[in-house]
Amino acid sequence: MMHARNLEIAVGAFVAAGIAALFLLAMQVSNLSVAGSDEGYHVTARFDNISGLKVRSPVTMAGVRVGRVTDIDFDSNTYQALVTMRIGNRYDQLPLDTSASIFTSGLIGEQYVSLDPGGDIEFLSEGSELILTQSAVVLEQIIGQFLFSQGSGDKE
Amino acid sequence: MLDWLQGLGQRALSFFERLGRGHIMLYYLIIGIPSVLVRPRLLLQQVYSVGVLTLLIILVSGLFVGMVLGLQGYNTLVRFGAEQSLGTAVALTLVREMAPVVTALLFAGRAGSALTAEIGLMKATEQLSGMEMMAVDPNKRVLAPRFLAGVLAMPLLAAIFGAVGVMGGYFVGVGLLGVDEGAFWSQMQANVDLHDDVWNGIIKSMVFGVVATWIAIYEGNDATPTSEGVSRATTRTVVHTSLAVLGLNFILTALMFGE
Repeated sequence: MMHARNLEIAVGAFVAAGIAALFLLAMQVSNLSVAGSDEGYHVTARFDNISGLKVRSPVTMAGVRVGRVTDIDFDSNTYQALVTMRIGNRYDQLPLDTSASIFTSGLIGEQYVSLDPGGDIEFLSEGSELILTQSAVVLEQIIGQFLFSQGSGDKE
Repeated sequence: MLDWLQGLGQRALSFFERLGRGHIMLYYLIIGIPSVLVRPRLLLQQVYSVGVLTLLIILVSGLFVGMVLGLQGYNTLVRFGAEQSLGTAVALTLVREMAPVVTALLFAGRAGSALTAEIGLMKATEQLSGMEMMAVDPNKRVLAPRFLAGVLAMPLLAAIFGAVGVMGGYFVGVGLLGVDEGAFWSQMQANVDLHDDVWNGIIKSMVFGVVATWIAIYEGNDATPTSEGVSRATTRTVVHTSLAVLGLNFILTALMFGE
């Protein structure tokens, strides 16, 4: 039988290693460190088509992530998608006439919202709505339009 | 014909009898847990023999499984120019499936068989009956500490397997094959969810811990008290645990990750 102290040390090391591994999985591997920030203000935007945008998709400005999409709803009066996003408190000096567009990262990458600053002297705050929006580019539509224009060009 | 029917009936009955005894045993094991908590030294000893001694095989196989995942994932992903997703692929495979399942299989081979042999031999040499004669409940003294130790050790082992596997994938992917380090980690963090992926993997390994330890202890306690009986019980432990883990894993995966 092993000495009691050595036994305790071995078990202690095992438990510590297990907890450290859990911690590593939680902090380094999963998105806990990214999703943890709950503070920020909410702004909404209406899009004609959001394509593959999802809740938790990133909101970027000049390529830097400034927030996340928190809610996507359908407005049955205007037949548009109502996208709510939370923007971090650090980024509280965005002009009121900032415009939002939905882009795709890469050809088959995920969709994200890109914000372009306007020139207004007032800033966005909780509950503001982004008036200027540009819908997602649907690849199938573009291919369709391209084929259509090719087809009509051939007949001349 | 009648003999054949009788044989079938006998087998069915003995199957249900074993199943029933197994559940009664589980009930007593759970009942015995509070008395283990009163004497943590018993638990400590078992965590050592079940957990610490299994650590080496978990570390080595975790590292190599992670490295193989990195290598194979890279070879496939690089064809689509998507080798940045390597971190996601390695981490999701490990955390969701590989870590709980492979840990449970290794646990069955390393710790489960040892548990069965130990308890079976205790029974064969009448140590358990001896304890009963001394008014010591072998359930509380021998079986319950082993059960609790197995249940506690399994999630820890699975977490270590996952973490070491991710490091193995990192060494191969970033170190050898030249995937961008930042993309490796950031893609992983963006796509692995703490609750949906990591936590569900831990829940899986807890379930496997209960099942693997339960089967091992039951088979040991139920073994025919001869050397042949003990060896058969040990084999049964490994086979039954592996089958139960693989079958349960499918059900748990369908429940957790199916829409």
